[in-house]
Amino acid sequence: MERRQRVFRDRLCEHLGRVTRFVLIALLLSLSGPAAPGEIPLAERKSSYELMGPDTRAMQDDDAANPGMLWVLDGEALWNRREGAAGKSCADCHGDAGASMRGVAAHYPAFAAGRASPVNLEQRIDICRAERQQATPLRFESRELLALAAYIGFQSRGMAIEAPAEERVQPFLQAGRAMFTQRQGQLNLSCAQCHDDNWGQKLAGAPITQAQPTGYPLYRLEWQTLGSLQRRLRNCLSGIRAETYPLGAQEYVDLELFLMWRARGMKMETPAVRP
Amino acid sequence: MAHPLLSVPGKAKRGEIVEIKALIQHEMETGFRVTNDGKTIPRDIITEFLCKYNDEEVFRAQLFPAMSANPFLSFFTTATESGTIVFEWSGDNGFFATASASISVE
Repeated sequence: MERRQRVFRDRLCEHLGRVTRFVLIALLLSLSGPAAPGEIPLAERKSSYELMGPDTRAMQDDDAANPGMLWVLDGEALWNRREGAAGKSCADCHGDAGASMRGVAAHYPAFAAGRASPVNLEQRIDICRAERQQATPLRFESRELLALAAYIGFQSRGMAIEAPAEERVQPFLQAGRAMFTQRQGQLNLSCAQCHDDNWGQKLAGAPITQAQPTGYPLYRLEWQTLGSLQRRLRNCLSGIRAETYPLGAQEYVDLELFLMWRARGMKMETPAVRP
Repeated sequence: MAHPLLSVPGKAKRGEIVEIKALIQHEMETGFRVTNDGKTIPRDIITEFLCKYNDEEVFRAQLFPAMSANPFLSFFTTATESGTIVFEWSGDNGFFATASASISVE
């Protein structure tokens, strides 16, 4: 009896050993492959626009019906308004935004001169405000900052998102990727589990999107206002019951950077409309 | 900053039915929300919208707290003659905004 049990135990151990070896080999193979597991192939990427209903699409397509255009108009007024101790407007340095800001939003987050880490578009606007206009920086999600970001983003509408090429961007891009694939929160979910592995499925009746950041800042009908990508990220984090970061945190900027890299080549839609 | 956004066809044939769209920036605070310390946020909405085509009223709407922020209204009218279409929004706390667009009818 005792001998038989021992033989059984030895066989079980041997079997488990084989299984473990197999799993390890499979893991190594998948890590050395060309694309990380679950990553969406470039040709299959879709803007959330394609998952929306016809009414919401029509709203985005018609500039007289797209509420985001109200912020673009505000942004245009702010662009030309003199601010701060320097008494300069954005236009005094940058001139016509239609020429100088064309394509700019399509390659943010990016490095700003003298900074050790990349900044997003809103942060770049505030750096300009503080350093060039000598004005108080605008609060994140404030009407003015969203309006300027929407106006600058609008100049890139229809242009392709550019992947950051600089070598020094890499550590931040990797940090963003790590955050995207890291399980977190009480629900213990990673961004990738929904947006890479299960996009197109339904979550409480709404389609799960690919999380492509093509239209920010965008008008969300649920918010009844325009909002930034960071607001949307905070939304997702609290949805999986993870602790959120303060707006402007480097963690968010890294994630924005990764999302823009992931959406490289896709068309900008600012100001988009989303349900 | 209460910008209206209008969509009025610049040209139309006499007797043609044309679509008019009007969007305006407004918080449309319902009066039912409370702050974190329990105080009611007072109601602040647009209560009335009016559209006049060459001084003749062609469309009027009453708005209530259930309307979304930045209300968007779309309606139809018959193009009768060239002239101006005037839009007026009025509401709580003395809110008033007006905008106009011209239409040429041939």
